[in-house]
Amino acid sequence: MNALRIPAAPRTVVVGIVLLATTALLGVLAMQTGTISFSFREVMAAVFGLSDNPQAGMVIHRIRLPRTVTAIGVGLCLGAAGATFQSISRNALGSPDIIGFTTGAATGAVAQIILFNAGPAATALAAIAGGLLAAAVVYALSVRGGVSGGYRLILVGIGIGAMLGAVNTLLLLKGNEDLALQAQMWLSGSLAARTWEHAVPVAAAVVLLLPVLLVQGRSLGLLEMGDDVARALGVRVEASRLTSMAAAVGLTAVATAAVGPIAFVALAAPQLAARLTRSVQVPLGTGALMGAALMVACDLLTQRLPMTVHVPIGLMTGLVGGCYLLWLVTRSRSI
Amino acid sequence: MKTTSSHLEGSDVLSGHALDLGYDGRRISEGLDVVIPPGSFTAIIGPNACGKSTLLRALSRLLKPTAGQVDLDGRNIHSYRTRDVARRLALLPQQSTAPDGITVSDLVARGRFPHQGVLRQFSETDKAKVAEAMAATGVTELADRAVGELSGGQRQRVWLALALAQDTPVLLLDEPTTFLDIAHQLEVLRLCRRLHLTGNYTLVTVLHDLSLAFRFADHVIAMKDGRIVAEGPPSRIATPEIMREVYGIESVVITDPATGGPLVVPLEPDGVSPAAAADTLQVPA
Repeated sequence: MNALRIPAAPRTVVVGIVLLATTALLGVLAMQTGTISFSFREVMAAVFGLSDNPQAGMVIHRIRLPRTVTAIGVGLCLGAAGATFQSISRNALGSPDIIGFTTGAATGAVAQIILFNAGPAATALAAIAGGLLAAAVVYALSVRGGVSGGYRLILVGIGIGAMLGAVNTLLLLKGNEDLALQAQMWLSGSLAARTWEHAVPVAAAVVLLLPVLLVQGRSLGLLEMGDDVARALGVRVEASRLTSMAAAVGLTAVATAAVGPIAFVALAAPQLAARLTRSVQVPLGTGALMGAALMVACDLLTQRLPMTVHVPIGLMTGLVGGCYLLWLVTRSRSI
Repeated sequence: MKTTSSHLEGSDVLSGHALDLGYDGRRISEGLDVVIPPGSFTAIIGPNACGKSTLLRALSRLLKPTAGQVDLDGRNIHSYRTRDVARRLALLPQQSTAPDGITVSDLVARGRFPHQGVLRQFSETDKAKVAEAMAATGVTELADRAVGELSGGQRQRVWLALALAQDTPVLLLDEPTTFLDIAHQLEVLRLCRRLHLTGNYTLVTVLHDLSLAFRFADHVIAMKDGRIVAEGPPSRIATPEIMREVYGIESVVITDPATGGPLVVPLEPDGVSPAAAADTLQVPA
C-alpha cells in the first residue's frame, strides 16, 4: 500500500530542503549586496570567520550577518505563527496580522515612541507587551464555554485589530512631527540597521518556541477535524490549543518587536507551503521555512531594485507575497 | 434488573453511576445509572432530546458529569490520561470535518494517533492496523481518493475505519446512520454487526430508527426525559407498553418476516386507514 506515507511525505521533505537551500543562497546574495559589494567567497569566508579581509569580516559580522539572521528568524517566527493560527481558526484569514496581534504589538511600540520618546530597546519591549496583551484580550473575548478557535477568533480579532489600528493613527496624529515620523518608520517595518541586539532575541524565540509548535503539529492537525474527533483520538484539546497559541503569539510578538509589523508573511507563507507540499499536515516547518525564504528574498529585492526611494521590508513582503499567492491561487483549481 | 443474565459474566467495561448530566446549567439527566454489557451491541433509543447523545457523550468522556462518575475498565474515566482513554475507547461523533483534500488512507491513519508518541512515528503495526480497518469497512479501494469527493455512505465507512484503526475494545457511535439512505444505513449497521460477532468489541450506538435498533442490537436502552425507561434484549423492549411510555405511540409488535425478531408497527389513531384519513382532509366544497 503505497498510500500509507504518513509522518513526513517525501514531497514535504523535498520542499523543505529546497526552501532551506533557497533561503541560504538568497541570504548570501543579500550579504554580498551593499555600499561595498563582496564576492560569494568573501561572504562565505567572513561568515565562518576565515576571512583574510578585515574590512569584509567587519562589515559582514557587524552589519550584514545580523540583518540576514534577523530576516531569517523573523520569517521563521511569522511562518510558523501563521500556520498555527490558520489551523486553529480553520481559516486562511486567521493569521496574526489579520486578527490583531501584530496591530497590538504596533500599538505598544507607537505608544512608547510617541508618549515616552523611548529608544529601540524600550520600543521592542513595548511591542512584545502590546502583542501579548492584544492576544490575551482576543482570546478572552473569543473563548466560549472553555472552547476557543474558529470564526469567533477571527471576528473578535478583526474587531480588536480595527480598534487598535484607529488608536495607532490617533497616536500618530497626537505626537509631534519628529516622533510621528519615527513611529511611522517603525510601522512600515524595516531591516535597516538591525544588529545582534535584534537578531539574538529573534533567534532565541525560534530556538525556544518553534519546537513547541512542531511537537503540537499533529494535535493541531487532528483539531481541524473538530474538537470531538480530536478528543476521541486522545488530544488534550484546549491544553494543546492554548499551548500552541501561546507559542505562536510569543513568536509573533518577538518578530514584530525586532523589525516592526511585517505584512503578509504570516498569512502567505503557510498557504504557499501547503500548496507546494500538497500535504494536509499543518505546514508548521515548511511554513516557517517559506517565511524565512520570503523575508530574505524581499530583503534582497529592497536592496537590489534600482529605486530611488528606500522601500521598507514591510511593504516589499506585501507586494511579493501578495503577487506570489495570487499567482498560486489563480492557477490552482481547488482553493 | 439492569442486565440480562448472559451479560453478567466478567467485570464491567463501561458503566455510569448516579450521573447528573447537562450543558450550561441545563440539567438533562439526574442520578442516571447505566451498565453497558461487555461484548454487547447496545443501542440507545428514545425520542428527540431524550438525552441519548448526552449519555453517549458522557460515556465517551466528551462531557464531564456534574455529579456521579463514568467507569471505564473499573476506573473513573476522567482519571485516565486523554490518550489512554483513546486507546481503550473510540468514538464516531455525529459531526466531523475532514480536512480539505485529505485522502482516505491519510484520514484513517490519524486513528493511530493515540498509539504514537512525539518520536515514535508511523510503525509497521500502525500500517497493519490501518490496512485492517480499511479492509473491514471495505474502503481499501478508496485509499487514494479524497474524502471530500466520496458519497455519504462511503464517507461514513471511512470515519468508521478511522475509529476502528484506533484498535479499541469499546466503540461508541453517535447516530451513525443519520443522513444515509436505507441501503447505506443497512451497510453501516451490518458492518457493526460483523464487528460485534467477532466478539472483540463492545459497541454502543445511538439510533433513531426503531426497526434498525431492534434488528441489529442485542441490548437496547430506551430513554425518555433523561431517564432510562427500560433496558434489555430487543424482545423485552419492543412491547406496545414500552413504546407507549417512551414515544407516546400506540403500536402492535409483530414478528419481522425478514429476521424473526420483533417489529414495531405504529397504529393510526382510531384505526383510521390512510385512505380514510385522506378523505377527512378533503376541503369541503
